[in-house]
Amino acid sequence: MKFGILVQEGPYNHEASDSAYHFIQAALAKGHEITGVFFYNDGVTNTTKLMDIPADDRHISKRWSELGAKGVELIVCVAAAKRRGISPDVLIDNARIDGLGQLSELCIESDRLITFGD
Amino acid sequence: MEEQAPRKIMFVNRRAPHGSIYAYEGLEVILIFGAYDQEISAVFLDDAVFSLKKGQDTSELGVKEFSATFRALEAYGVENRYVEKESMEQRGLTLDDLIMDVEVVDGATLRKAMGEQDVLLPF
Repeated sequence: MKFGILVQEGPYNHEASDSAYHFIQAALAKGHEITGVFFYNDGVTNTTKLMDIPADDRHISKRWSELGAKGVELIVCVAAAKRRGISPDVLIDNARIDGLGQLSELCIESDRLITFGD
Repeated sequence: MEEQAPRKIMFVNRRAPHGSIYAYEGLEVILIFGAYDQEISAVFLDDAVFSLKKGQDTSELGVKEFSATFRALEAYGVENRYVEKESMEQRGLTLDDLIMDVEVVDGATLRKAMGEQDVLLPF
């Protein structure tokens, strides 16, 4: 099945980002396709490479970047990113900043759009 | 992209217009999706019914007052606009209190309509 993913909450403060990440890992392991991950609302703050995390905790933005390196499309909403200081300068590798039209495309091309939010 | 039937996409607005950014950023998504020739619905339930209340004044909050933009939903291709009856009644509101014409549906009807969607987007 083709899954599109919407992440609406920021990292650490809320479980949504972790749940999305684990869902994607499980879906890929079962042979499903991830059409893309769209970061919106505070979810855009998952994608800053400025995070500096103690070694005994998961590094959420690094984890997303590694998923992107495996070919999962990571799309960060430009309008939401601008509000929160997520610019191309601080964006993790393997993600891109793009418009809300990309979320619309995910809704159209995916069998299911799964929202991880509050 | 190959031709396919329009997707049924429903925006489920649940939160008050102010106090968090969800209502505003949700509205931004609805306006963009209207341009994509899909079958778009917007439903207002729980505290989101306050988003449609007439006479909002945010001057003392120091935030943008955007309720008028909801009136543009029809022009933006949002064919179906619903308010949940129970949410409206619980808050002492009637259609006369709202800034735009919407269809009032009860919770059971709404649940059925949700079940018929391809995509639900909660805000």
